[in-house]
Amino acid sequence: MNWILHLLAALGRNVLSALAMIGRVTLFATDTVSHLFRPPFYAREFGHALIQIGWLSLPVVGMTALFTGGALALQIYAGGSRFNAETVVPSIVAIGLTRELGPVLGGLMVAARVASSIAAEIGTMKVTEQIDALTTLSTNPMKYLTLPRVLAATLAVPVLVGVGDVIGIMGGFLVGVGRLDFGAGTYLHNTIDFLEAWDVVSGLIKGAAFGFIVALMGCYFGMHSGRGAQGVGRATKAAVVAASVLILASNYLLTELFFSA
Amino acid sequence: MIELKDVHKAFGNNRVLQGVNLKIETGTSMVIIGGSGTGKSVALKCILGLIHPDSGEITLDGKDVTKGDRDAFLARFGMLFQGGALFDSLPVWQNVAFRLLRGSLKRPKDEAREIAIEKLRRVGLTPEQADKFPAELSGGMQKRVGLARAIAAEPEIIFFDEPTTGLDPIMSGVINDLIREIVVEMGATAMTITHDMTSVRAIADNVAMLHDGVIQWTGAVGDMDNSGDPYLDQFIHGRAEGPIEAVR
Repeated sequence: MNWILHLLAALGRNVLSALAMIGRVTLFATDTVSHLFRPPFYAREFGHALIQIGWLSLPVVGMTALFTGGALALQIYAGGSRFNAETVVPSIVAIGLTRELGPVLGGLMVAARVASSIAAEIGTMKVTEQIDALTTLSTNPMKYLTLPRVLAATLAVPVLVGVGDVIGIMGGFLVGVGRLDFGAGTYLHNTIDFLEAWDVVSGLIKGAAFGFIVALMGCYFGMHSGRGAQGVGRATKAAVVAASVLILASNYLLTELFFSA
Repeated sequence: MIELKDVHKAFGNNRVLQGVNLKIETGTSMVIIGGSGTGKSVALKCILGLIHPDSGEITLDGKDVTKGDRDAFLARFGMLFQGGALFDSLPVWQNVAFRLLRGSLKRPKDEAREIAIEKLRRVGLTPEQADKFPAELSGGMQKRVGLARAIAAEPEIIFFDEPTTGLDPIMSGVINDLIREIVVEMGATAMTITHDMTSVRAIADNVAMLHDGVIQWTGAVGDMDNSGDPYLDQFIHGRAEGPIEAVR
């Protein structure tokens, strides 16, 4: 009987701490967004974050999209050939990439690269009292550190997803033409003819949501980092895990919202 | 004048401040001493609003520090952090001129740089150090940059958190002398926390000893050696035996 009580108590503790965490993250997000409408706005920090999060993530997102597009073309060809439907390769590659794989894999790669670096940077600033120093120098850390990063990620990740879509479709095109004997003109024709604007736009909206999540998690866990190297390490790990899980969960919710009948 | 009245602060079950009462007169240099973990930094951070006390009142010139314009309040302060707390991503001069490059004290960039270089010179650093990044400087130089940043906007009140920790005795002496000179020439109110007795004698007008969450003794630095307080005596003479329990 006693062990059942212990089990329930442990379960209750975890549920309570999870709910408290959701509350804290929600307040943190609300506070971040509220600074968007209250000056001052640190344009230099925003520009720097845009380069770090957007421009420097381009190679990793591009490579991910390129290989995913190529692999997708091979898989769809193999599956499609069972029903004599090989011709669907270009359109399914394009739809699959723009709606799902582009934003999700791009988001996860950005989470690995950006959430970790933001959490480690801000966490180190926290443990070395740089965040306290900012406050004593009349600079709000939420305005100076969090808002520029969250805004930059929210704007940059959709652009990365868009570029990733093009590169991914090119990956499918290269495999389709080089390995699967599609004509170049036919492949491109099939891609463009069956792709709708909403396929692309829905992926870009997902990208914006994922960018927001990635930077928010990096900043939240960095700002709440524990002491010492171990604290920063934990914060970094937690930021990447939380960002990845939230990307996958919110992807399902957004897909349900956009595409359920 | 800065005044703390019956300030309490606990972190979970750890009651760090248990009714701190302290007055720091304008234009004087107060040094707070006490063992590690006795809440010296917490008291200092409570005054700055970096930590919120659980109860009690902290006033600056009679006004509650938690009320009123926060920017205007913080603009009156400069602070030297224990580890320097310099911003790694900014060159030295931008660290020093941080406050002069943004916010209510913003100046043109050239003017801010000029002031930063002048302040660096005041703390014994050459203009060549201005464009380096903090990671390229030694510990003593980083402390000097931190000091230059603390005085850059000519604050009325300067806080020093363990200014000589991690420095060799000669560099500690240099930093102590600099702090004393700067505080005197600026006419600033200073509050220093340290457990370095050489610093205390070099910097302080008045001393307060924090122990068990309360101010155990306070008085002029000259009265410190004849206080008759067993806690203070044990601390300033660094004795293992006495009323303060020393864990071996």
